Amino acid sequence: MSELLVLIDHSEAAPRKLSLQMLSAAAGLADDAGANVSAVWLGPGAADAASTLGAHGATKVYHWDSEDAYGYVTLPQVEALEAALEAADTDTVFFASTNHVKDVASRLAIRADGGVITDVTGLKVEDGRFVATKEVFGGDKITTSKVADGKLQLLGIASNAFPAEESGGGDPELVALDVELSDAAKAATVVSVEKVGTSDRPDIAEAAIVVAGGRGLGNEDGFQLMEQLADVLGAGVGASRAATDAGWYPHRYQIGQTGRTISPTLYLGSGISGAIQHRAGMQTSQNIVAINKDAEAPIFQIADFGVVGDLYDVVPKLIEELETRKG
Amino acid sequence: MKVIVPVKRVPDTAGEKVIDESSLTVDRDSVESVLCPVNEFAIEEAVRLKESQDAEVTVLLVGPESAQSVVRKALSYGLDAGLQITDDAIAGSDALGTARVIAKALEAAGDWDLVIFGNQSTDARTCLVPAAVAELLGVPSLTYARHLEVEDGKVTVHREHEEGWDVVESSLPAIVSVVEAINEPRYPSFKGIMAAKSKPLDVKSLGDLGVEPEEVGANGAAATMYAFEPRPPKEAGTVVEDDGSGAAAAQLADWLVEKKFA
Ligand SMILES: Cc1cc2nc3c(=O)[nH]c(=O)nc-3n(C[C@H](O)[C@H](O)[C@H](O)COP(=O)(O)OP(=O)(O)OC[C@H]3O[C@@H](n4cnc5c(N)ncnc54)[C@H](O)[C@@H]3O)c2cc1C
Ligand SMILES: Nc1ncnc2c1ncn2[C@@H]1O[C@H](COP(=O)(O)O)[C@@H](O)[C@H]1O
Repeated sequence: MSELLVLIDHSEAAPRKLSLQMLSAAAGLADDAGANVSAVWLGPGAADAASTLGAHGATKVYHWDSEDAYGYVTLPQVEALEAALEAADTDTVFFASTNHVKDVASRLAIRADGGVITDVTGLKVEDGRFVATKEVFGGDKITTSKVADGKLQLLGIASNAFPAEESGGGDPELVALDVELSDAAKAATVVSVEKVGTSDRPDIAEAAIVVAGGRGLGNEDGFQLMEQLADVLGAGVGASRAATDAGWYPHRYQIGQTGRTISPTLYLGSGISGAIQHRAGMQTSQNIVAINKDAEAPIFQIADFGVVGDLYDVVPKLIEELETRKG
Repeated sequence: MKVIVPVKRVPDTAGEKVIDESSLTVDRDSVESVLCPVNEFAIEEAVRLKESQDAEVTVLLVGPESAQSVVRKALSYGLDAGLQITDDAIAGSDALGTARVIAKALEAAGDWDLVIFGNQSTDARTCLVPAAVAELLGVPSLTYARHLEVEDGKVTVHREHEEGWDVVESSLPAIVSVVEAINEPRYPSFKGIMAAKSKPLDVKSLGDLGVEPEEVGANGAAATMYAFEPRPPKEAGTVVEDDGSGAAAAQLADWLVEKKFA
């Protein structure tokens, strides 16, 4: 039986939510594709994660336990995946459509004669090949694409496009990969990893709920209010470019065309006008809430629920209301 | 030191995009085209390398003849020369096809030390091109840089990720891509705009680079798009006005509870 490979993105020993979504999507398509789902785990931790991967549909886990997966840039993952392609019977790899992983897919496509489709939000199988849909121009348009016949299909899956579901599979078979890194793979080295201002809040790309703040907050302290609201909702915190440019919140939390694209079930923006470049990163959120004192702000055009008012009146009261309801 | 900055012409984000049904691409004539804004950050880094170590910087653009104004625009920031690859066969290339053309152009350009890409283009937004070019040329790709230093034949980059950044380094030649957090681009000066008009600008075809037409363009694309539809319109939502009494906050809280968000 052929295999669908799913490259697991993980933070140390824990698979990210997107990885479980990818496995579930692959498991859902496995029958149509006439294939089993195999996970690929690069770096230490595969054995600990195996039962979770199995529960989400993986029947096999190819793993490479070396710290070298983190010591160099991009190519260790590429070369380990080449080993996985060698070991497996496959023409398809699902990967997380996030910045660093897209580099891995791009380099692998050149080495292994593949085609890449990024930011996939919908998938089906036709004549044994995948047909992928994705949203472009900030969600204004939807396109359908395929990788050319005979080429390795490298499909980058968008966050929150597919539900993560346990399909009840047992423990997968563990298969160690034999990886010998080339000199080229060691040419760029990771000198250090800087984690700054990390919190327990979910990452904005993964979070089911994202609370976002903009210029209307008026100052850096406004983000404390955003964080309070986020914590009542179990949300991640994002920002508009006006806010990151002002230095109120780090750039990596910027939502929009030149920041990150998010697709949570709920986006709640305060003091954000909804410029097209901002909408390009959040328009595909399932539910959109806006709090803005200007009734004409464009964000209201796409809001499911809008409050016209001063965020410094509305948000503290909202936090209170939510806390009382929680009991 | 020799630096090359690949730049792209993109439709203005704010413009309405009309799809050309025959080619399934955005009708470029219907919307204003601009230098991809992400490339301004790459250009600013290059200008800084000119100032700090006398770098010689070439702008590289793959695109139709009409994109020449974008090359001139890039030159107006004070860069030294332009190189444009123009060929009808390039139309319809996917990211990997574009990467092939850029890689061949870089090979032909020879002795460069550093290539500075934008991390993405604002239209395609694939982020695939820089890494693919690096792979084709067999050099390291230090992408998503929020900080860049070049010293003693070595490049050090702070590679942005969800939790902060990795400090990574490699010897030259190398390929980097930059995110907008890296700097604040300055505007071109009047002098720069005037000088850009007379900077050398070389135009080459695929034949000049030894690229076979079937390797690129729509026919050579590894990933093909075959349908392009507008997103279904969204229904108008509820809007409530806050009178300062807190009633609106209560209504929003009700809605959030009803939707099971709280
Ligand atoms: C190339 C390019 C790329 C860009 N990329 C991005 C991107 O990735 N992400 C992004 O967000 N932007 C991006 N932008 C910028 C974008 O065009 C807007 O400038 C930006 O999104 C505005 O941020 P904002 O909504 O916070 O600020 P503003 O547009 O200034 O809006 C602030 C809003 O707050 C409201 N307000 C003020 N005070 C209060 C109050 N007390 N209570 C309630 N409401 C209040 C105002 O009514 C106003 O609507 C980009 C721009 C360009 C040119
Ligand atoms: N046609 C092109 N000509 C020159 N450079 C390009 C072209 N397309 C993409 N690039 C470069 O590749 C970067 C990433 O683009 P992309 O992979 O399309 O998101 C851009 O910021 C440019 O620096």
